[in-house]
This record gives sequence, C-alpha cells and structure tokens, in this order.
Amino acid sequence: MRFSGWRVLKEGLTGNKGWTPHWRNPEPKSEYDVVIIGGGGHGLATAYYLAAEHGITNVAVVEKGYLGGGNVGRNTTIVRGNYYLPGNSEFYSHSLKLWEGLEQELNYNAMMSQRGIINLFHNDGQRDAIVRRGNAMINQGDDAELLDRGQLRRMAPFLNFDNNRFPIQGGLFHRRGGTARHDAVAWGFARGADMRGVDLIQNCEVRGIDVEGGKVTGVQTSRGVIRAKKVALAAAGRSGQVAAMAGLTLPIESHILQAFVSEGIKPLVDHVITFAEGHLYISQSDKGGLVFGSYLDLYSSYAARGNLPMVEHTMESFMAMVPAVGKARLLRSWGGIMDMTPDGSPIIDHAPIDGLYLNCGWCYGGFKATPGSGNAYAHLIATDRPHGAATKFKLDRFRTGVGLMDEEGTGAQHNLH
Amino acid sequence: MRITCPVCGERDRREFTYKEAALARPEAGADLEDWDAYVHLRENPAGVTRELWYHEMGCSAWIVVTRNTVTHAMLGSELASGADLGGKR
Repeated sequence: MRFSGWRVLKEGLTGNKGWTPHWRNPEPKSEYDVVIIGGGGHGLATAYYLAAEHGITNVAVVEKGYLGGGNVGRNTTIVRGNYYLPGNSEFYSHSLKLWEGLEQELNYNAMMSQRGIINLFHNDGQRDAIVRRGNAMINQGDDAELLDRGQLRRMAPFLNFDNNRFPIQGGLFHRRGGTARHDAVAWGFARGADMRGVDLIQNCEVRGIDVEGGKVTGVQTSRGVIRAKKVALAAAGRSGQVAAMAGLTLPIESHILQAFVSEGIKPLVDHVITFAEGHLYISQSDKGGLVFGSYLDLYSSYAARGNLPMVEHTMESFMAMVPAVGKARLLRSWGGIMDMTPDGSPIIDHAPIDGLYLNCGWCYGGFKATPGSGNAYAHLIATDRPHGAATKFKLDRFRTGVGLMDEEGTGAQHNLH
Repeated sequence: MRITCPVCGERDRREFTYKEAALARPEAGADLEDWDAYVHLRENPAGVTRELWYHEMGCSAWIVVTRNTVTHAMLGSELASGADLGGKR
C-alpha cells in the first residue's frame, strides 16, 4: 500500500475502509541470514537498509516488547548535523542527508521539519567556541550562520536577552536542523523493511546468544531457538545485558535522561533553541506543547524515570531563558535509558566474536543518528567493512586510547558524559 | 532519591556527586587489560550495584553506596576507606 495525496482523498471519501496494516506479524522462522536484536529506531533502520541497499532480506528483527517502544519514542525528537570532532562530524552529516530524503524514500510521513536550530551563547568565550564549531560544520559541507542579538530578537523575541547572569549575546543558526515525528520514523522504517521481506518479530525476548568455536550461530528467545549466520545488537540502554549473553563486557554504563512536555499553547517557539547555561534544549510540537530537556540525572539507572533535582534544574534553566514559560503548566515527563560510553560517542563495530556485531553507546544522541546508524550498521553487517562515514566508531578506542571522540572535552570517563 | 551518608545520615541526593562503580584499583604495574577493565568496562547491572559517591556538599567523605538501579532503592552505604571495592563493574 502506497501513501499519496490521491490515496488520502480517496480514503477520505470512502470511509477510510481501504487502509491495511503497515506490517505483517509473522512467526519466527528457524533460521535467518541476519538476526537483529532490538526493534527500535536503529534496529529497524538497519533492517531496512540491509534489504534496500544490500539486497539482504532473509532478516529478522527480534523485539522484547513492541516496535519503537524504547528510546526512539522517548526523546525530544531533535535532528541535527552540528558536531565538531572528526568521526562524529562526517557521520552526523551523513545522517542528516539521509533524514532529508527519508520521507520520499520510505513513502512515509515522518513529519520532518527543518525549522532550524539555534545554539545561544552568553559571553565572548562561548562565542569563540561556537564560531569554531560553525566553521567545522561548514568545512564538513553543512550549514552554519552566526546570529547577532538584533537578528535573534526578530526571530525569538520571547528570550530573556538581559538576564543578569546569562545575557544572550547571539547564537549559531543551523538551518537544516529541526525535528521529526519520532514514532513515525520507527514505523516508516518498519514498514519499509517489512515490505522488502524482513520479519519483524515482536514480544520475542532474546535470552541467550549461541556461540560455537568462536562463531555466533543463533539466539535463544522466548519463542524458541532462531539460528543465524550473523547476529547484530541494537539494544540501546540494554546493550550491556544483551552483550553479556555472548560473554562480553562493554565500556557502557546506562544512565537516565529525562524529557518534558508542557500543556499545549499557541505557536511561540518556531525553532529548536538551546541555552548554553544548563544545557537546555526546547522546541514546540505541532500539538502546541513545549518539548524540552537538559542533563542526565548523572547516576547509573534502568528506571526509565528520573528524580526531582534534575526536574528542578531543568525548570530553572527554562525560566531563566524564557520567563513567560512560568505561566504554562507541565503536562508530562519521562526518562530514557541512555547507553553511555566513557567519551560520549557511539560504537558501530565488529564484536570480538565472529558473526556478532555491535551498535551501541549512543549516549544522548541516538535519535538524530537513526538513519545514519542503520545505514552504516547495515553496511558493516553486509560487507564486513565499516561505512565510510562511520570508520571511527571503534570498540577498541577505549582500550588503546587512540581515536577517542570527547565532544565536550571533559575527559573519557564514565561519570563525565 | 535520598542517600544515606555513614557520617551524616540520610541527606538530599544533591549533596552528593556520583563517581562510578566501586572497583578495586589495579596495582601500578598491572597490564593494559586490567587497566582497561578498571577504567572503561562495566557489568552495568540492572539491579543491585555498588558504586562510589562523594559527599561533596557535606562531610567530603567518599562512600560506597549499595543501590538498586531499577527501583532507585538505597540498600546501604559505608565509608570507602577500608571498604572492599571488589564489586561488580
């Protein structure tokens, strides 16, 4: 079933009786060429690109719960390509380009909205750092513009420009950044993979990874044994537990990151805006809710909910940046389980077991990476060589100390990212 | 989430800074793999874990907290000095 304006019109006039389910719900077969563990954004994108770009369709995605029930539905939906360090820079640039063609490629409305991202700065030091970042983005072939106070005032008059401690001096504008409807991204990739023959197997928990003679042979699941030539992890915050089934210990600690939505208000925030103090990021959803978040809670957690100190900090930051927001009520909040690496950058690599592949350590950056991650991971699984845009996401960079990508410059240590 | 300091008693979580899993530090001459395991690799348990916290805005003690990472329940704490640090990564 293809989506089109004509189809929407026809269904609207005939009682919407012609729509069909977006994917099958198959029983697992006894054997696949590739089994992907985890039916979130990255796992589904990987399955899609394996089928669409590499012609590998004898693939199963096994998911413990339901498709897209994890971090792909638990983020602030921001899409951007404004990274600084080599390794991250080319990867997120590649991912943003895939985002730009995604809806046409998938024939699916992911509500991709390139409304632009503005990173504010408060002082000369931050301006210098942001100009340097902008130049790195331009050198990568992406877009960046420096905004002064006057330009910013016209674009976002509601900002508190004259806050005594954190006056807003200007911002870096990344026009191609924006937001996307996060659930639709998962559904679009799921539908695209299913249409090409991939089996999406929900309510199927992986309980063991079979390894014989140093080579992976399949997985034990709650719905029986599935044999596989290749097994690919895409388990986000649960990566540590899944890797342990193959006897691996990863350089990952799972942390909690909270996000918040206010009640719906009239259109106010046209862009994604980040406040340099407090690392706050805000946008407004199409329903009118202000969507925002800030730091990790900064302790290891699998609770999928946070604690009040970070709620308070986030609200204080928002009030400092936009005092008017104090009149809005908070509608809901949630937490996602972040797979944090010591340097804050991800891993897409072979595991030290034949036929086993790792895609993990996405820290707080997983959503914007979704198409890039699936695309690069599928390339690695299909060809056993890293994708050109993801050559530096190596597992052994921590052991060797070579090629660490610490965007924040705080040190490659677990409690600092 | 409130944390019990062995010196000060139950206090607000904001007085404390989280460091990492409580692990025994390798000897100075230990090989690369031991240091890699100590600095980077984590068992990352979903459940009971032992970890180092610093009572930064209190008595400045380093403490070992036993905590459940799924429920956020506090299960105990002791001073890090003299504690057995051979916990899960």
